Amino acid sequence: MKGRVLVVDDDTALAEMLGIVLRGEGFEPFFCFDGAKAFDAFRETRPDLVLLDLMLPGRDGIDVAKQIRAESGVPIVMLTAKGDTIDVVLGLESGADDYVVKPFKPKELVARVRARLRPSQDPAQGALSIGDLTIDVAGHAVRRGQELINLTPLEFDLLVALARKPWQVFTRELLLDQVWGYRHAADTRLVNVHVQRLRSKIERDPENPEIVVTVRGVGYKAGASGGE
Amino acid sequence: MTDLESPSAGDRIWSGLLSSRDVATRPFRRARHGWRSSLYLRVVLTTLALSLVVLVVLAQFLLGRVTDGLLAAKERSALDEARAGLAQAQLLADAAERGGGDPVSNVALVDGIARQLANRAGNPSIYEVLLLGSPGNLISDVPEFGSNQVSAASVPVALREAVRDKQRQSSTYTEITYADDRVAVPGFAVGAPLALPEVGSYELYYLFPLSQEADTLALVKRTLAVAGIALVLLLGGIAWLVTRQVVSPVRMAARTAEQFSAGRLEERMAVVGEDDLAKLATSFNQMASSLQGQIRQLEDLSRVQRRFVSDVSHELRTPLTTVRMAADVLHDARQDFDPATSRSAELLQTQLDRFELLLADLLEISRYDAGAALLEAEPVDLVELARRSLEAAEPHAERKGSELVLEAPTTPCIAVVDGRRVSRILTNLLGNAVEHGEGRPVLLTVAADRHAVAISVRDHGVGLRPGESALVFNRFWRADPARARSTGGTGLGLAIALEDAHLHGGWLQGWGVPGDGCNFRLTLPRKSRADLEGSPLPLEPTDARTDRRVPLAAAAPVPRVR
Repeated sequence: MKGRVLVVDDDTALAEMLGIVLRGEGFEPFFCFDGAKAFDAFRETRPDLVLLDLMLPGRDGIDVAKQIRAESGVPIVMLTAKGDTIDVVLGLESGADDYVVKPFKPKELVARVRARLRPSQDPAQGALSIGDLTIDVAGHAVRRGQELINLTPLEFDLLVALARKPWQVFTRELLLDQVWGYRHAADTRLVNVHVQRLRSKIERDPENPEIVVTVRGVGYKAGASGGE
Repeated sequence: MTDLESPSAGDRIWSGLLSSRDVATRPFRRARHGWRSSLYLRVVLTTLALSLVVLVVLAQFLLGRVTDGLLAAKERSALDEARAGLAQAQLLADAAERGGGDPVSNVALVDGIARQLANRAGNPSIYEVLLLGSPGNLISDVPEFGSNQVSAASVPVALREAVRDKQRQSSTYTEITYADDRVAVPGFAVGAPLALPEVGSYELYYLFPLSQEADTLALVKRTLAVAGIALVLLLGGIAWLVTRQVVSPVRMAARTAEQFSAGRLEERMAVVGEDDLAKLATSFNQMASSLQGQIRQLEDLSRVQRRFVSDVSHELRTPLTTVRMAADVLHDARQDFDPATSRSAELLQTQLDRFELLLADLLEISRYDAGAALLEAEPVDLVELARRSLEAAEPHAERKGSELVLEAPTTPCIAVVDGRRVSRILTNLLGNAVEHGEGRPVLLTVAADRHAVAISVRDHGVGLRPGESALVFNRFWRADPARARSTGGTGLGLAIALEDAHLHGGWLQGWGVPGDGCNFRLTLPRKSRADLEGSPLPLEPTDARTDRRVPLAAAAPVPRVR
């Protein structure tokens, strides 16, 4: 069994089809057709990943994402019918890690699900440091001094990727490849939104970031290690 | 432009002349501009000029009347005085005759008469008396007399001739001069012949100084001038005040209108009183309210439209996703089907791809039509972006046998653009170039200058017929209607690309010649939405076959202004 996937979608035909495809790929799907019941279903099934439709009766997918994210760092992949910037950004800001736009191909969806369920590739031992933070890679923990900072797995992967090579400037495309697992060009807004979310958790002043620094026109890099 | 002949020497001289004339007329133009643009200036200047003219005419008239009045009285009294003097002189002369003429006393006689006449003038004398002997007098060495050292030159020659010829009283204006160093004064001269028996014929002249009248006139002139200038200035001030009353509300209306057109729809004019200006303000406010209402309505419609597009998008896409996934599952399992079913699964798959593309493009273009397209601009290196677009187009190019070549500067070309949209434009241009490039190389060129970045996509395929380079951007336009539709594409790609370019304030232009391929050039301002003035790359490629060059006007579409 590769993983438990909770499918939250009001369209029963699509949910059933998703179930067929997921089962075919060896996942174990659970279903919820109502946004209001999504959170209960989440607590009940304890899935490894949530597939969440953004437009739901009862409760908006965005609210469901916020609710789940408040309690858990479980990967959330949004299913969205909207390519509109605002909707995608709203979804990502509410806590989703990635999204697929309908109509998607089954392979595309499975690739997204796999990428989010894949364990960190090289579980390097020991600790990394970035800015004034220390990262315990094996223990999946980030600390400033003694204070533990709570990151989702995706945010953790993003921070580790930057911390591993503090001398390198990462383009958004490179981060999409390393952290999200996109082999081809994808939506760089994923990176932008998640860097913002990461900064809001780890920076002392998210307006003037010192740990994840923007390199204008190129991408991001780790701030000076041991800085104040 | 490159195609035009270089200007001849004559043209250059002519343009030089034009520009020098330009310099000379600049202050004039500025004044004319001020005149045309400022109601204040126009009203005040017109009032000043007109009142000045009226005042000058009036002053002339007044001065004339005053002068006439002053002089007429003076003249009358002078003539009377002279007549009386003459009569007395004649009496004295006659008395002397009766008393027996002593030739020795001739001098005394003349002197006596003159002195008596002069005494009548009082002290200080209000006139001078001059007794002159007529030329051709019988006696030489005639005694002459002038009171108060008045000079005989004070009497104009014309007057003396008139007196002698007509033998009666004559008068004229003159200038009274003196033998000593007193200054000459304007005066009135009256003369009459006086016959002194045994002494000879004389001419008696009365000279009335007009210095008092001249002083009065000077005072009147000064007063008129000062009053006139004061009046003109006052009128100018009044005109300014009156104009201000009218112009201020008009200017306020203009300001309000500007703010209104700048999008502050709640802007209104203040209505004061019930005059015409208040009416203007009321009508303006009514117009503003009506416009605001219509704009609100349009905004609501646009919101409804956007909402509709979004809903349709969702409603269509959800079942399509299910169909798509089902088709994929069938497609993956097609080896197990009989040939007909297997082929059906394949067709279902490929046509679903097409349907999906078409739906995506339709939704994108409807988003533009609803004005819902947003620019997500950030600094992007267009060289890197071009390289990635090229790599993405590589598989398609390999299938078609075209080689993709990138010609770009080694340094990054940073511009503030929406990377997703620019990448979509390039993907579309490269796709078209490969599709119609007939297996020949496709060249992607990136260039930048201080204001703009340009990317051109050049192919050497079938090209475009004259006039088609503007049509290619039309929705669902196809070069050859008879041509099979199997060549892919939705027919909306370039229309969307053009909208994407316009959203950036950029240009997307096409050039093409039959048999010599096409060149599509995208020009984007480096700063978001800055105005474009030129492109770092030519629209007509440098490797175009010159012998088959078509007139530029036919090949280059005029960039559509947003």
